[in-house]
Amino acid sequence: MLDIFITPFSGNVFMLQALVAGALVSIACAIAGTFVILRGLAFIGDAIGHGVLPGIALAILFGFHGIIGAALSAVFMIGGITLITQKSRLSSDTAIGLLFVGMLSLGVVIVSRSSSFSGDLTRILFGEILGITLSDILLQLFATIVIAVTALICARPFLLLSFDPEQAEVAGFSVRLFHNIMLFMVALTIIVSFQTVGTLLVFGLLIAPSGAGALLARRVQAMMIWSAIFGILSMYLGLLISYHFNLAAGASIILVAVSIFFIVFIIQNLQQRSTATAGG
Amino acid sequence: MTDMKHDLSPLGCGPSDEELYIRAKNLDIGYKNDMVVRDINFSLIKGEAIALIGTNGSGKSTLLKTIVGLLEVIDGELSVFGMPPGNNHHRIAFLGQFHISGFVLPIRVIDVVAMGRYPLHGLWKPMDKNDDEIIRAAMASMGIEKLANSSLRSLSGGQQQRVYLAQVLAHQADLLIMDEPATGLDAGGRDLFLKAINKELCRGASVIMATHDIQEEAALCHQVMLLAHRVVAIGPPDKVITSEALLETFGVVVSDKNKLHVLECIHGHDDHERQGLKRHKNP
Repeated sequence: MLDIFITPFSGNVFMLQALVAGALVSIACAIAGTFVILRGLAFIGDAIGHGVLPGIALAILFGFHGIIGAALSAVFMIGGITLITQKSRLSSDTAIGLLFVGMLSLGVVIVSRSSSFSGDLTRILFGEILGITLSDILLQLFATIVIAVTALICARPFLLLSFDPEQAEVAGFSVRLFHNIMLFMVALTIIVSFQTVGTLLVFGLLIAPSGAGALLARRVQAMMIWSAIFGILSMYLGLLISYHFNLAAGASIILVAVSIFFIVFIIQNLQQRSTATAGG
Repeated sequence: MTDMKHDLSPLGCGPSDEELYIRAKNLDIGYKNDMVVRDINFSLIKGEAIALIGTNGSGKSTLLKTIVGLLEVIDGELSVFGMPPGNNHHRIAFLGQFHISGFVLPIRVIDVVAMGRYPLHGLWKPMDKNDDEIIRAAMASMGIEKLANSSLRSLSGGQQQRVYLAQVLAHQADLLIMDEPATGLDAGGRDLFLKAINKELCRGASVIMATHDIQEEAALCHQVMLLAHRVVAIGPPDKVITSEALLETFGVVVSDKNKLHVLECIHGHDDHERQGLKRHKNP
């Protein structure tokens, strides 16, 4: 038993570092993902996830850290979306979509200049969780602390925003300010998380565990805790499955996370049906 | 309450500046390229209530949103507590018409009511025992104290509305601004709501609310404003709610107009027989 569940991590430093990084990222994603779901930021979250590609591609070409490239891309994207939404009559959906495909194409074009085009692209899109280093982990730890502290400081305005933005504004909390803080929190989460499962799938870490948490929780705090538990469980099981069956790690992790969502969803529906039958 | 109180002439003995909560002069409201109502003039003083009556889209919500600062003043003057709208968050409780939270947000009833205290506490200041008592009392006055730990999304629409009203009460604000606050309430809920509003007025708070209820809610108010993309009439309910004015506002005729009066908590006119208005279709 030990051989199957523990040894892959205890005997392999890459697997252990991947698990530690995965756990940290899961906590950050639990906090940011909760607000992505409650505030309906799914599309912009997804778009930022893909939109960081050109920055990472530039980082590969010019040899600086991918996280810096991703951060530059995210800032550019959020700025562009805000600009288009404010200065035109188009809805934010249209602005997000435009930036999304524009940045994705730009990223692919840049990567195509690299000598190992398909190899680099695959690494960016699907992550390289086993290539995570100690310095990456320290950066993720720092980011997770920043995200947790932000959520703590902004707990009241974030809750009001999720409840009713007008109510937040009338209560004296600027909707624009706190919405932007929330967006940067989501962006920071994506920036430090993409290495684990890749830019294509990082969005799954934001919504699958938090979605399952939303089904179970009666309070926002509980939703975050459930989400963190499901996220860490997905990391562990996903890594384990990929190790034993020699499968892609990032995709295995997301597949586990989405499966957990559906298991919770089905169990809850069966329970509700049985209480309804028992009651009626 | 005499009409003199609403006279704002500088030579009269009108309300002091501190007691003048809202003052609108030649106020135009609406959206950027869409004027909704022109030339609104009214004032609301401490301890009084004003009801906005009109059909859907007549400008009630637009006026309320302009007063709380969610919409910009298009033209004219509007001061709230002697300042432009959008200040004094700690003194104003607002209940909008639509809530997006009802079914997604995992939150307990007591936490929703507690949000009513946020404007007083900002980001940092922790809630204390006094806050807890006020929150409990607000839930009790809307009859939802037993639901304190229930999930908001498990409640019916009417129960949720009671929760939102308890949130407004928990603020203990000087000015309550409510958009169709009795929507979805059952008879018991309406009764509790009317009592709670009366209590708020006795406490010295002022109320401005949009309503479709000319029988009870409007009669509770000291002033009524009839809106139909313009101010049809404004004044005490028994003077304003006339057949002609309602015909102009809604296209319906009303009888028994003389039986309405203002409920005054201080003078205790509750013992007067209150007879409602009957609506007839316009022949």
